[in-house]
Amino acid sequence: MSTTTDATTREETGRRAASPRGGGTRASRRQALAAWTLALPFCLLFLVFTAWPVLQSLFMSFTDTRARDLRTPFAVDIIGLKNYTRAFSDPTFRRAALNTAYFVVVGMPLTILLALAVAVALDRGITRFRSAFRLGFYTPVITSIVAVAVVWRFLLQHEFGLINTVLGWVGINGPNWLGDPHWSMPGLILMAAWRNFGTGMIIFLAGLQGVPWALHEAAAIDGANGWQRFRHITLPLLRPTMLFVCVTTAIGYLQFFEEPFVMTNGGPLSSTISMSMYTYQQFGFGNYGYAASMSYIIFVVIAIVTALQFRLLRENT
Amino acid sequence: MTGTRRLSNWWLYALLTLVLVAVIAPFVWMVLGSFKTQGELLQSPPTWLPHKATLDNYTQLFSRLNFRQYFFNSTVVAVAVTAGNLLFCSMVGYALAMLEFPGRRALFLVVMATLLVPGVVTFVPLFVLVTNLGLTNTLPGLILPFLVSPFGVFLMRQFISGLPRDLLDAGRVDGAGELRIFARIFLPLCGPALATLGILTFLASWNNFLWPLVVAQQENKFTLPVALALYAKGQNSTQYGLLLAGATVVVIPILAIFLVFQRRVIEGIATTGIK
Repeated sequence: MSTTTDATTREETGRRAASPRGGGTRASRRQALAAWTLALPFCLLFLVFTAWPVLQSLFMSFTDTRARDLRTPFAVDIIGLKNYTRAFSDPTFRRAALNTAYFVVVGMPLTILLALAVAVALDRGITRFRSAFRLGFYTPVITSIVAVAVVWRFLLQHEFGLINTVLGWVGINGPNWLGDPHWSMPGLILMAAWRNFGTGMIIFLAGLQGVPWALHEAAAIDGANGWQRFRHITLPLLRPTMLFVCVTTAIGYLQFFEEPFVMTNGGPLSSTISMSMYTYQQFGFGNYGYAASMSYIIFVVIAIVTALQFRLLRENT
Repeated sequence: MTGTRRLSNWWLYALLTLVLVAVIAPFVWMVLGSFKTQGELLQSPPTWLPHKATLDNYTQLFSRLNFRQYFFNSTVVAVAVTAGNLLFCSMVGYALAMLEFPGRRALFLVVMATLLVPGVVTFVPLFVLVTNLGLTNTLPGLILPFLVSPFGVFLMRQFISGLPRDLLDAGRVDGAGELRIFARIFLPLCGPALATLGILTFLASWNNFLWPLVVAQQENKFTLPVALALYAKGQNSTQYGLLLAGATVVVIPILAIFLVFQRRVIEGIATTGIK
């Protein structure tokens, strides 16, 4: 990443700037004091509200902590990996893991392809109304998922929903989206792609700025058509951007929660319950230790998926 | 060449317009629907413009349901979280970008590492902590865990790294203290980054759902998304007009803010995305 090299060079320049002034110990001590003073509020809040919970969560996942143990955190029993083995043999958790995989494996490519197609069209295809289109496509991203889910629950209604009405215009008999276990997940994925492709589009648009037009012209003179130029010039140069979009989309989608919470309550027949939602449900039942272990499973999955993407998209550049 | 290109691309404009309609239509339908009666919302095929526009849904929202309170809660939380992030993140961001101190590298690595920690990992122990502090069902309980964010620190550090270091040396030569150099020389130059961070933080806080859902267990501490989600699942789940009006109340303020500051938002996403 460019940030690490950036940090090293800055460190070097800092040292270079500090050393020739000589007698730097007092000045540098004053500087360190100022730096830590500036960092203090962040560090305190960070330790209490992020670092501690991350560690506590790990500890909790090895215990049988329940809601009633809330005020006596040291009275709980350590039960080793039991919560984890319980999760892997829990049919609902397994179903939730499968549903989450479905959501990511179908939803992510759909979202990213849409984002890339729209970004390329806006960047090269058209010359007018570019910023108006960009603004419109980005709008769903900034709105509350809960509000959007409430609206989409109506749009996806079987009888009088807008989506099935539109499908009816072209002669398609729309399914009972949220009532049919086979169509409930596609319904949620459709909504997620609609809401999220704007983020990827903005990032791809920024990435496309870095693709030199001269390369395209040269290839065009050599007789390469539009698709060939996209495939062999644009796409390879977009690799770092692609990596970023894939990683952030995957991290978001692996935690999807509000969509089933509002639209289907995980149903019908557990067809849309997600890992995050099941974790929240177990937390609601007071099974804190169990919920903590499932949240760590999600964390580990996110870490593995992120590492894999870095591997796959970083190599052979 | 441009002439032929524009001509040959009419279908691309048509396609993009179609996508744009699909993206915007749900919002238009939401706003129009919030003025319809229950009977009209159940009609098949669905209508666009309300036959007999009514404000009933909104009056119910603010009189029978406590949406005024939820709106207040959401606003207080979002403003406090935004203020905290602007102040604290710029302070650390400056230290990381301009100052030389032991532990700087470690601090930066920790910030970067936490960018990857999902909210679902911390909410259970965080709830235990907040309960033990006696902060469940309080606005501070909603605010405190979000007062700083690794994203904010990263954004501010990146921006401040790009400012001229000469200003720092000039300030020192003039005998200004380190903190004064930050507050008087650098902070005023951070306007664009602060604007971007402020808007993105406000949007994220306004739309935040999981944590308020966990902490605000009494109705009078609900934020707007929590209230809307619980009404949508509870006994009002079939009062479509009411729910659409609720969704409109959640979406419209944020949409207005976004339209005013859209440049900053989009630039912010693009620059932090690339780095």
